[in-house]
Amino acid sequence: MSALPRNPGEPLDLDRVRAIRVNKSAAERRAATIGTRRTVKKQWQAAWLLRALTLIDLTTLSGDDTPGNVRRLCAKARHPLRPDLEDALGVTALHPTVAAVCVYHEMVPTAVEALEGSGIPVAAVSTGFPAGLSPFKQRVEEIGASVQAGAREIDVVITRGHVLTGQWNALYDEVRTFRDACGDAHLKVILATGELATLTNVARASWVAMQAGADFIKTSTGKEGVNATLPVSLAMVRQIREYKARTGCSIGYKPAGGIRTAKQALEFLMLMNEELGRDWLEPSLFRFGASSLLTDLERQLEMFVTGRYAAAHHHPMP
Amino acid sequence: MATVAELFQSMEYGPAPEADAPARAWLAAHGDAFGHFIGGTWTKVGKTFETFDPSTGKSLARVSQGTAKDVDAAVAAARKAYPAWSRLAPHARARHLYALARMVQKHARLFAVLETLDNGKPIRETRDVDVPLVARHFYHHAGWAQLADTEFAGYGPVGVVGQIIPWNFPLLMLSWKVAPALAAGNTVVLKPAEFTSLTALLFAEFAHQAGLPAGVLNIITGDGETGAALVNHPKVDKIAFTGSTEVGKIIRKATAGSGKKLSLELGGKSPFIVFEDADLDGVVEGVVDAIWFNQGQVCCAGSRLLVQEGIAETLYAKLRARMEKLRLGPPLDKAVDMGAIVAPVQLERIRSLVEQGRAEGAQVWQPSWPVPKTGSFYPPTLCTDVFPSSTIAQVEIFGPVLVSMTFRTPEEAVALANNTPFGLAASVWSENINLALDIAPKIKAGVVWVNASNLFDAASGFGGYRESGFGREGGREGMWEYVKQMGDGRREKGAASRSARSPIAHLPTPISPAPAGAGAIDRTAKLYIAGKQARPDSGYSRAVVSPKGRLLGEVGDGNRKDIRNAVEAAHAAAKGWASSTGHLRAQILFYIAENLDARRDEFAARIGAMTGGTAAAGRREVDAAVRRLFTYAAWADKWDGAVHGVPMRGVALAMHEPIGVVGVAAPSEAPLLGCISAVAPLIATGNTVVAIPSEPHPLAATDLYQVFETSDLPAGVVNIVTGERDALAAVLAGHEDVDAIWYWGSDAGVTAIEIASAANMKRTWCTSAGVDWLDAAHGEGRPFLREAVQVKNIWIPYGE
Repeated sequence: MSALPRNPGEPLDLDRVRAIRVNKSAAERRAATIGTRRTVKKQWQAAWLLRALTLIDLTTLSGDDTPGNVRRLCAKARHPLRPDLEDALGVTALHPTVAAVCVYHEMVPTAVEALEGSGIPVAAVSTGFPAGLSPFKQRVEEIGASVQAGAREIDVVITRGHVLTGQWNALYDEVRTFRDACGDAHLKVILATGELATLTNVARASWVAMQAGADFIKTSTGKEGVNATLPVSLAMVRQIREYKARTGCSIGYKPAGGIRTAKQALEFLMLMNEELGRDWLEPSLFRFGASSLLTDLERQLEMFVTGRYAAAHHHPMP
Repeated sequence: MATVAELFQSMEYGPAPEADAPARAWLAAHGDAFGHFIGGTWTKVGKTFETFDPSTGKSLARVSQGTAKDVDAAVAAARKAYPAWSRLAPHARARHLYALARMVQKHARLFAVLETLDNGKPIRETRDVDVPLVARHFYHHAGWAQLADTEFAGYGPVGVVGQIIPWNFPLLMLSWKVAPALAAGNTVVLKPAEFTSLTALLFAEFAHQAGLPAGVLNIITGDGETGAALVNHPKVDKIAFTGSTEVGKIIRKATAGSGKKLSLELGGKSPFIVFEDADLDGVVEGVVDAIWFNQGQVCCAGSRLLVQEGIAETLYAKLRARMEKLRLGPPLDKAVDMGAIVAPVQLERIRSLVEQGRAEGAQVWQPSWPVPKTGSFYPPTLCTDVFPSSTIAQVEIFGPVLVSMTFRTPEEAVALANNTPFGLAASVWSENINLALDIAPKIKAGVVWVNASNLFDAASGFGGYRESGFGREGGREGMWEYVKQMGDGRREKGAASRSARSPIAHLPTPISPAPAGAGAIDRTAKLYIAGKQARPDSGYSRAVVSPKGRLLGEVGDGNRKDIRNAVEAAHAAAKGWASSTGHLRAQILFYIAENLDARRDEFAARIGAMTGGTAAAGRREVDAAVRRLFTYAAWADKWDGAVHGVPMRGVALAMHEPIGVVGVAAPSEAPLLGCISAVAPLIATGNTVVAIPSEPHPLAATDLYQVFETSDLPAGVVNIVTGERDALAAVLAGHEDVDAIWYWGSDAGVTAIEIASAANMKRTWCTSAGVDWLDAAHGEGRPFLREAVQVKNIWIPYGE
């Protein structure tokens, strides 16, 4: 992730924000054919599945998280694929791991310790996740605390009300403050798109977050009623494309929540490849916020190797 | 072979071929050679020609070249099957159509693969678009079969229908033709395009297996000659054709005067209009769907991009980036966007048109990636620096070639959009509903998609304005093409000629003078053009005499220049009249009736004098005319369109739009009522009219213009030119700015008018059959209203 220059942000361009329009029906029609215009088979499919696996922010965000289950998750993050499958695929030398482990602040030290030496960063959800309505000062301090605890990536939530009421300056200032609080840690801005009502709102919020310095824009906390969808992704990644064209800065994209199957994952990768290009198939610019997705990817990879449909319980659980 | 580790870095897509073994096995089972499918069985393989896989140029199979004898046999089989099929209870026919829908679904992939092999379009399209739409069409029309008795009460099937379909959507076009025909109780002889016969043959075989009675659907293969034999076959009652405007015109002429019902779905150069407030990323995908769908071989392809000047370069940049990402290749590959052009001859046509565009100054842009060397492939192409005067802006290229022009204002966008002889479809892109819904009705096209492109559904009629043809396919509006009124006296050819009086030139001479009335002032009936009484250009008058040869008066002897002037006047009035409210038109029609009624006795006397009828008969005619005017005043604000239930979040508005400027050659008989029976429905629905009154009895119509003048009818809405009916009607029929012509007259006149109408593919409604105008069942109502409008379907997806 550190290979790319970070997004310094730029002044808020309100005219541009207000000019953004997303036609929902058109976006839905495009989304509906992403997975029907492209497909991958055989070793190409295996490569794409493996790619998906390395792009996962392996996540646990539950009230009942304990050091025990977080350490188990981290162990899986280091070795997401059974060694015999790595071998059969001929990818042992690639040392595939997931992209990051994503936890609540309280679990950051445990995860940092468990991942030591792996190179896998720890991401902390922050700023009063998931609703983001705790006192602003505390939200900013939470970022500092997580960075202090060793988190290298901070997934913040925005105040949805700023979007719903068109307070773009307030949103910009909020994200800018979060960005400053992150220091060297990378900032992922969760828009909670399921609560933003319209694709136009999603696109506008994406734009404001990027101008305010987001390194990544992310769909969801996983706690909203609707999580990552392809139409929402189109609305967001097309703003990333505009931002790249305008500033030269590449912003990452993280769909999160609801992505459970290999088939879904491939659709997202194809969307990235088609709308943004090959660069956005790297962990520096793309992540899945997911947990159960990993097991389905393992199963599909095993099927490629053996030719037989695979069972989940044959793969070490995260 | 690339390893997983290598592919993990390259992230290429790799090949993803759909298996074609089952389709090839079906071909092999037929010995890779096919006869026709006639009367529920295969005929012997005759003289054959090859059908090719356009992506490889390799032969797939041989199909038979249909001869006149084959066509005879097919028509005979359809004729034989007709009585039983047409008398089948609606529910029984519905069961058959339902079985066909299920049959298509059961063999969906076989149809898709065979279609892709034969046509070259990507398997994604045949699998996800063509075949599902085919099944949908049969389901929808199973419904119309079920409802035929109630929803088309008083109507029945036309008879044996000859259908000729193109190669761009072979199976889908078959379904658009066959489903409504069978639902209405017709039997069918269908000729697929010679490039793409295979899925029609497969369909016929499976349809027969699914229990469709022998002879109900017959398939004959062959080229244009086979098609011509079908078109000209005397035992065929209707021709339905989809294809080029050029061939459409030939068919129009060939069937002229034959009484064959005709529907034509022809070419297009459809505008794709982008306003500056549109979602440009959505627009880009809309363009992909518009012009790079089926390699642009789509009659309604959005092939003329009209973009607001201020955003043109931004949009072009986005389009070029998108084009770079399109994948073109073997059409059976599940990961390509574009496949092959149907045949080398089409590829050559595309190439030469693009080169012509380049020579005329267009900037031609194509993606950097290479196009396969073998097979008929052509890359997606964007031409800028194109102007209405450029050949490629006017001619239908029928390939993946988008030409772009800019506009400054909505008004200019509409002008550019309509600057074409075609009128099939249009796309309008704006996030402003006020703008989009203002533009859609102003575009001369049978289908308008708002913020979308190439949406189709069985419930929504499809078809053109202008030289894109006439008739609709799909929905209720499409069903009308396959039914006729039962017990309809109108079809009795020649009745009118028999009852009509001899032309005036043959009247007994000398003409006895008008009685010198005490102090009567000489009255001069003039032409009525642009709301003014006009002297005829010729400077001649025609005598109007009673049956006993007494001079009743004189009318102007109109000529082609008078017609020209009248058409211009009608055009000048057209825009305002078409956009006036139904309420206003109703008020004016009521007012005309009121003022006519006030002069009842005078008109009755005039009719009696001209026709030799009794005073009572004259009064009956005037009273009927007043009632008729009331009828259309009533309809003026009630001839509603419909909202179709298409499968999307949105609406498809089936708008009843006036056809435009309509020429009317009024019947000779019923000099007042006949004229009013034609003119009133036309103006009630927003058309403007050039009327040629009854040739022997024109004075009732010329008296009428005084009624118009006192009834607030705007100038130019109705224009009256007296004179020799067939000579004047011929001028109207050939006039390229007249949109339709209604004609009551002789057989020879019908033929001449139908031939001349092909010049601009104007709609014709012509008959030599007599009409009992006093009988409201035949002289007024919905059939007239349907002929007076054309249906425009405006698709409006919504959602925020």
